[in-house]
Amino acid sequence: MTVAPIVAQVTAARRGARRRFSAIFAAVWLALIVLIGGGMWIASGAEFEFVLRSGPVIVLQGAGITILVAALSIFFATILAVLGALARLGANPIINAIGSFYVSLFRGTPLLLQIYFIYFGLPQLGIVLPAIPAGVTALALNYGAYMTEIFRAGIQAVPRGQREAAEALAMPEQLVMRRIVLPQAVRIVVPAIGNDFIAMLKDSSLVSTITVHETLFMAQRIGRSAFEPIAALIIAGAVYWTLTIIFSFFQEKLERRLARGDR
Amino acid sequence: MTDSPLPDLGTRPAPSGSGYSDALPAHLGDVMVKLEGIEKYFDANHVLRGVDLEVRQREAVMLIGRSGSGKTTLLRCINFLEEPTVGWVEVDGLRLQADPLRDRSRRHQEQIRQMRLRAGMLFQDFNLFPHMSVLANCIEAPTRVRGIGRDEAVATAERFLDKVGLLEKRDEYPARLSGGQKQRVAIARALCMGPKVLMFDEPTSALDPELIGEVLKVMEELAHEGTTMIVVTHEMHFARQAADRVVFIENGVVVEQGPPEQMLDAPREEATKRFLRRFLTD
Repeated sequence: MTVAPIVAQVTAARRGARRRFSAIFAAVWLALIVLIGGGMWIASGAEFEFVLRSGPVIVLQGAGITILVAALSIFFATILAVLGALARLGANPIINAIGSFYVSLFRGTPLLLQIYFIYFGLPQLGIVLPAIPAGVTALALNYGAYMTEIFRAGIQAVPRGQREAAEALAMPEQLVMRRIVLPQAVRIVVPAIGNDFIAMLKDSSLVSTITVHETLFMAQRIGRSAFEPIAALIIAGAVYWTLTIIFSFFQEKLERRLARGDR
Repeated sequence: MTDSPLPDLGTRPAPSGSGYSDALPAHLGDVMVKLEGIEKYFDANHVLRGVDLEVRQREAVMLIGRSGSGKTTLLRCINFLEEPTVGWVEVDGLRLQADPLRDRSRRHQEQIRQMRLRAGMLFQDFNLFPHMSVLANCIEAPTRVRGIGRDEAVATAERFLDKVGLLEKRDEYPARLSGGQKQRVAIARALCMGPKVLMFDEPTSALDPELIGEVLKVMEELAHEGTTMIVVTHEMHFARQAADRVVFIENGVVVEQGPPEQMLDAPREEATKRFLRRFLTD
């Protein structure tokens, strides 16, 4: 008696179960979107014609600015975070204290307050920033503080042996950090940074309060003038959600590529 | 066994262990490594208690002893991965005094780097850089520390990768290599820096038994080619094959040293006999 037919049956059954799972999974998603999206749409009492007319404007103008603000902010936040982490890990008490103070201040106060302060408060000191630079500054400072702790943990997670091997090759301290420790730390923190970027995509909506023409700002302005405020908000929500899904897709790809050397 | 007292820095303590230097094999050259009165404390824990050791050019010295005896710490004191508490380290004419209080001064750091250029080190867990290919691992320090041109560094790296039998893996990442292959790449990487002495810290302890042989074979070749080597090892068979001298360390002092046949078959000290009896009957 041969076992082959049973093995084939088991494989087929397992594949069938996997397919059934995926089908139900997708169906539930679709049902929830129709149910909740449709419900919200009915509640808004909007004409579909409004979507066709105003949707593209919100997406083209608003989403572009949202992506620009979030990308610039995450870029500067990352630089701040690396500097902050190096400061926090260094032996110099002055630099260490400055880093610690920075993290404490920007994690300890609300982001919205920081945005207001930089846009409305700094001009009192003679520093006038236009809306977008002010928003980017606030977001970068705020997220840089959180990410400082992420980078600090990432640097510490690089095995000690890596540093020792580099030192044993007579590499000076700075080179060890730049060439051996930091690249490995970056790989460790990419998932966490990706999460922060996703969070920032949505927190960037707070800069609508200082007249940056990003997604939420555009939706509110257009919604108000067309007397369709709720429908405009739904469109804005869909924009953020879609951006998040798209970014998650690329994030996953990046993580897989960075894992190349791992394990 | 005797605990040596704290050595007076002005004087040279008498060489410890049984007299070895009267029977120098002919192929050995001048003194390459010289340790004088090395002491190391980890807080109150007195790990090295005045070690004196000389290693000649082209000599392969194997350090044996139970774990915790201080042999790994001794190795790490030579390239200052651990700063000795007291003592002098000399490698190829560069003489450096332990300076645990000033270990952040720039001058001292630079001297330590010079020491590391002379004394290459291999680790138990290889420590290849996982984000770099095999070749990049081998040329990183030569190009960035020694300032060697890329082409020349690549040529050197390929020569040494060929020597350890892994030239065809030059573009692989370490994750794709077996433990034995990783350690052989690590050996090539160390050789690329042109060290005067190679130090091995239990290079096969993290390997599966079937992979140990390939690493030991490379090391044995190096020894027979006249590479100056200091090896911390538990592989007694390998020590017998490749060592010019075996040094037994216990409780942070050199208890006995001599040629492998004498040390492994007819040790004089009671402590050595005890260690070997337990070790060889396993």
